[in-house]
Amino acid sequence: MNRAMISFILGWILLCLGALMTLPLAVALIYRESAGISIAVTMLISLALGLLMTVGRRPKDRTLYLRDGFFITAVTWIVISFIGSLPFVFSGAIPHLVDALFETVSGFTTTGASILSDVESMPRCLLFWRSFTHWIGGMGVLVFLLSLLPLTGGTHVNLMKAESPGPQVEKLAPTVQSTAKILYSIYIALTLLEIVMLLLGGMSLFDSVTLSFGTAGTGGFGIRNDSIASYSTYCQNVIGVFMILFGINFNFYFYLLLRKVQRAFDMEEVRMYLWIVGVAVLAIALNIVPIYQNGWLALQRAFFQVSSIITTTGYTTADFDLWPEFSKGVLVLLMFVGACAGSTGGGIKVSRCLILMRTMRKELKRLLHPQSVEKISLDGKPVAHETLRSMNVFMVTYILVFIVSILLISLNEFDFTTNFTAVAATLNNIGPGLNLVGPTQNFALYSSGAKLVLIFDMLAGRLELFPMMLLFSKQTWRRF
Amino acid sequence: MEILLVGCGKVGTALVAQLSQEGHSITVIDSNADKVERIKEEFDVMGMAGNGCSATTLVEAGVERAEVFIAVTGSDELNLLCCMFAKRTGRCCTIARVRNPMYSREVDFMKQQLGISVIINPELMAAKEISRLLRFPAASKIDSFADDRVRLIKFPVTETQGLVGFKLRDLGSKLGHDVLVCAVERDGDVSIPSGEFQVQNGDLLTILVPSGRAGALFGKLHMPNHSVRSALVVGGGTIGYYLTRELVENKIRVRIVDSDYRRCEQLSVLLPEATILHGDGTDRRFLMEAGLPLAESFVSLTNIDEENILLALYAKRQGVPKIVSKINRLEFDDLLEGMDVDSVVYPKYLICDYIVQYIRALQNQAGNNVKTLYRILDNRVEALEFTVDEASELTGVSLLELNTKPNLLICCIIRGDQIIIPRGYDRIHVGDTVIVVTLERGMHDILDILAD
Repeated sequence: MNRAMISFILGWILLCLGALMTLPLAVALIYRESAGISIAVTMLISLALGLLMTVGRRPKDRTLYLRDGFFITAVTWIVISFIGSLPFVFSGAIPHLVDALFETVSGFTTTGASILSDVESMPRCLLFWRSFTHWIGGMGVLVFLLSLLPLTGGTHVNLMKAESPGPQVEKLAPTVQSTAKILYSIYIALTLLEIVMLLLGGMSLFDSVTLSFGTAGTGGFGIRNDSIASYSTYCQNVIGVFMILFGINFNFYFYLLLRKVQRAFDMEEVRMYLWIVGVAVLAIALNIVPIYQNGWLALQRAFFQVSSIITTTGYTTADFDLWPEFSKGVLVLLMFVGACAGSTGGGIKVSRCLILMRTMRKELKRLLHPQSVEKISLDGKPVAHETLRSMNVFMVTYILVFIVSILLISLNEFDFTTNFTAVAATLNNIGPGLNLVGPTQNFALYSSGAKLVLIFDMLAGRLELFPMMLLFSKQTWRRF
Repeated sequence: MEILLVGCGKVGTALVAQLSQEGHSITVIDSNADKVERIKEEFDVMGMAGNGCSATTLVEAGVERAEVFIAVTGSDELNLLCCMFAKRTGRCCTIARVRNPMYSREVDFMKQQLGISVIINPELMAAKEISRLLRFPAASKIDSFADDRVRLIKFPVTETQGLVGFKLRDLGSKLGHDVLVCAVERDGDVSIPSGEFQVQNGDLLTILVPSGRAGALFGKLHMPNHSVRSALVVGGGTIGYYLTRELVENKIRVRIVDSDYRRCEQLSVLLPEATILHGDGTDRRFLMEAGLPLAESFVSLTNIDEENILLALYAKRQGVPKIVSKINRLEFDDLLEGMDVDSVVYPKYLICDYIVQYIRALQNQAGNNVKTLYRILDNRVEALEFTVDEASELTGVSLLELNTKPNLLICCIIRGDQIIIPRGYDRIHVGDTVIVVTLERGMHDILDILAD
């Protein structure tokens, strides 16, 4: 492995992180909060480490192979989570390191699972930082770095491959840097649009910015104890719609920008995604009408919750833990489906589900006609055998990680629903689960050990398992 | 001796060259008449075009008279069949080349049941040689004598060893008295040096050392004396397979590169401990991704000699500490000496040496046999191991009084468990094993070392 290059890139990441901390620092200055000091200290640490690792250390050999890309990604995410958790520890807002780490990992991985029971008592600059981690983690730090650094050489697509969700990574433009720039431009534009829409609805600037960050990264950290429930219906609907928008494959927007509207709407994944949302909303709305006694309200609640869960955001407007079993069942199902590939959402991804369903259909067909030949395709293009193979392995690994995690956290003696949905909510980067980790509850009840397991799940889920799994392979750490 | 040889490929031709030089009368058989013609033109031998495993052809070629029968065609089965026919029709010793790994475990069975005297597997020999080199990377060539109790090790002299400027007579005090410099190559000239010889930078020394002391010796010379820990092997053919099998047994991590996907699959089943990479070994990017700069050794074993050399040079440029290359066909050994390839292995010479040594031993069935023969310093020096089975004019006489041929050195006397680096007053006794290094060719009896 190219160690010099790995440390160089990590240094740049730390510089970026330090630079990004100016925003929460500014918030601290505006509101004159003493917690700003902890942010300033962290920022200095990050910048100092970053400078130490980059200045005069530009490596001669700048090639990065696939495994380097995966390794850097895993290490980067662990390092930024650690650094990002320091303001919480320094300021005393979350004194325990594991708790602070949980909160930050939950932020960067856009999970939105919290260990805080009273969010409103937090200093505003730290609330801002918490939501900002969602925004940073949503599109990815390395993608951000790639849009800035003119790293030449074709090998840097390997960094993008490791961090971008989905079974296949498509470059939108010939160079990695311009692709990263396009992605971030779309991301920033959509975020700004949401902020403006929320401001128009009469929301305060601080609230609209932080909530938009949470939506954009499909994260789900609220800044009020009841998440989104106390905002106006207009704001709830705006957030609901924007969650859906951020869960769409960003290629869709790229095609729209290029005025290839037909092609955008021909994307099978996006169609499938919207279709699932529609069906789930209807099913849940019909199921919960008896509770709300009002068809329109039920539809709104159902829409918001479906949109929040399928995009793996995790905002809530109602305590869905009190909903009928069928609705809960649909929501848990949506947790697994997840958003589109190439979006900021987590989960298994719609395109994977789509392709897996087609493999299943193919297998059935082969039982009926053993000699039949059928190539599985998506968007009219055949899916490479290699993609199918790695997808099957992904599913197996996913299930294995899932089962082992449940087993490990069940040492805490909570009921199965709690454990199952806790793992589902973290591995799929959603946030709230059911029962003891339901929308009105939080993850503080778990022991430190269980929290570490869930931290791993969040990282593994965000990075699509393999970068994190790679850290456990003996060969990764050997020189040859 | 009357020798009948079937198969005029690379090995066959090399054997004919060597054996005809040693004065044997040889008849070659090959199904390809052109090849036979070419050999007849080049060497002083008889030739016949025909099927080597038809009794008629064999009889016609004089199998009844032959004392040695060698089958080195491209096909294992054909070689075995030829030998069986020859054995039945004549009374000769039979030597067959069998290279398929499938048969490698059945060698004893074949020898006993089919009555074949020697079964040689050049790929296995090459693999063993390479594995020896990788386990002792400072040496560019290692030959072992007396059941690997004594080794001849060749290595280049560099500034860091602290040898430059020493006279050979003083080396004993520096390196210990059980070490002997047997041959030196300087600027392409090979000599057997005297005590006055002064070591220069860039000399290629061949030294004799007891196997157990080799590590300590290299330690004294500030050269690496431990085995390599990882190897990148390009070419997953038979040698690659045997080599990897040997290496993983010694806990060396191996990555094999092969461009044939099917072969990669086979190898991954045969060698689960090794990492098999599918790709073109001449693709720079691919080699780098395979970890070339981090490997402690690089072995090029493709079927194309030129490619092997280029790959070796490239690996050297990337800073790989130990490079081994295999050459099948090329005749330009001397050119390679000047290149930056640490070690070159020639499977065809390995098998030639083995057969020549066997035949020389046959010639002296009762006398003082050649037990081992190596040609060192690209064929210009022979190192021979003799067993002294009967008293003669050179037993019991101190070496000083022996009138040996010029350019000849008695390097070592092995008496029971003792390894003696002989001085002038030492004597050879019956029962000893003696190692001799000489520029002279074709010795097959210890008495040949005496001047006429």
